[in-house]
Amino acid sequence: MNARDLLPLILVLSVLAALPFLGLSGSVLNFLVTTLIIALAGLGWNVLGGFGGQYSFGHAAFFGTGAYATAILQMKLGWNAWGALGAGIGLGALVGLAIGYLSFRAGLRGSYFALVTLAFAEVFRILANAADFTGGAAGLLLPLRPGLATLQFADRKLFYLLVLAFVGVALLISRWLERSRFGAHLIAVRENEEAARALGVDALAVKLRAIALSAAITGAAGGLYVQSFLYLDAGVAYGTWISVEALLAPIVGGIGTAFGPLVGALALQGLGEITKHLAGGVPGVDLVVFGACLIAVIAFAPRGLLGLRRRPRKARAVPVGA
Amino acid sequence: MLSVVSLTKRFQGLVAVDHASLAVPAGSITGLIGPNGAGKTTLFGMISGFLTPSEGRVLFEGQDVTAEAPHLRARRGIARTFQIVQPFAGLTVAENIAVGAYLRHPKRADAVAKAREVGTRVGLGDQLDKPASDLTVAGRKRLEVARALATEPRLLLLDEVLAGLNPSEIRDILPVVRSIRDGGVTILMIEHIMQAVMTLCEEVFVLAQGRMIASGPPRQVCADLQVIEAYLGKGAAARMKAEEAVDA
Repeated sequence: MNARDLLPLILVLSVLAALPFLGLSGSVLNFLVTTLIIALAGLGWNVLGGFGGQYSFGHAAFFGTGAYATAILQMKLGWNAWGALGAGIGLGALVGLAIGYLSFRAGLRGSYFALVTLAFAEVFRILANAADFTGGAAGLLLPLRPGLATLQFADRKLFYLLVLAFVGVALLISRWLERSRFGAHLIAVRENEEAARALGVDALAVKLRAIALSAAITGAAGGLYVQSFLYLDAGVAYGTWISVEALLAPIVGGIGTAFGPLVGALALQGLGEITKHLAGGVPGVDLVVFGACLIAVIAFAPRGLLGLRRRPRKARAVPVGA
Repeated sequence: MLSVVSLTKRFQGLVAVDHASLAVPAGSITGLIGPNGAGKTTLFGMISGFLTPSEGRVLFEGQDVTAEAPHLRARRGIARTFQIVQPFAGLTVAENIAVGAYLRHPKRADAVAKAREVGTRVGLGDQLDKPASDLTVAGRKRLEVARALATEPRLLLLDEVLAGLNPSEIRDILPVVRSIRDGGVTILMIEHIMQAVMTLCEEVFVLAQGRMIASGPPRQVCADLQVIEAYLGKGAAARMKAEEAVDA
């Protein structure tokens, strides 16, 4: 990667980093934090689904694992929050590897893979709802203890910047996928697995690495979520809602592009928030809007919002020496 | 360089390839011909690792690779093209070829440079930045060859790269195939176009109904009675002989 590849990334991150210092109200800042966490989960989904073409309907399995690990390690084992978050990311990746190994070894693709991931996430949800160490149906309440070691900040701006830093790393990883051998192999597997294998690509290994990376990023989103809200139960951690948010953001924003999930999350969450305000107390009205958006995007902009910019997509010249 | 020993593939009851053997000497262009449904592509599938043989062995440079996965054989230096072209539709021509080039060039700059060089060599020089889906049939065939070639193979398996091309396109691509061999790559090609087989191949193997029925220099094989019967039906050879006698 050279400076030109990184310029858009630096610009976007700088703008987002400046936002909280424009005197935004607490609720707007909270909205931005949630949106960035969802964008992060979407960036994770996009590694496997966007670049790798393996559509998961169960990224909640990774999000929830990251969240529970972050909470439980602190509460039950007295870990430092940073260590717990790191372990959550690692465990998320492990769960990803396990699910990937089982389903990719069996040769599951397309809707079969989607259904299996959905089932795994549901199993996790039911188990977490029943087990003791996850707090069962009552959930877990992380004690309020502001401080650097507990990753809780009295100033919401700091937490926002922390989440943004994670989003920045995930964007960097996505950018790297667009410019590296691993990314090329992943895209080749998405486009035509047989042809990729004939060219020396170990399709199984590529998919396993992708799901581990994807799960780690989404696991980080889970860990940050619990640090942000200090509360967790099975429905939040392993619920379908986050699986859906994680795949809607990249699909609406631009699937298989570095910035797609970020754009999609901002657009969808923004729209959802506006509808909630306009429609007053009608419960679930934002979900209706989500559904309508998805249909509109699939019908009119299959490449997502970013795809609208340059349509029909001109072939990008591959610069020599990039 | 490549030897196939008594390779057999059964699909349930159907024997697609029946104890077929062949040998490809290093530096040669060897042809594999046979009527439709003879099992040529199945044999290719077993040589490249996409199909597991029911019996027999595949030896590449003296090593038994019968049970090896396709990507490992590609790393060893066996590359193949597909009869039904398989471009990465969402990528440009250069990006397609680069996927192959990444096998020996982990750095992006090197892989892209190699891809452009190979692309130019097979005659795709002015289409490198087009989406692969915009290519004509002839262009896609060239892309298949370029992608395989970008893996820098020692043995190249070409599965009907000339099928579906018009005579002038065939004339254009023949020198490309020959230049690949002159560059040190051994070639085994499945081909139906006899004119191409005659001009390119030093040795030809004939597969019919899963069995290897003849082998030798192309001219000799074409005169073989069994081969003529395999293509034209039983009794055809005798009839042709009789007609020749009448003409004379």
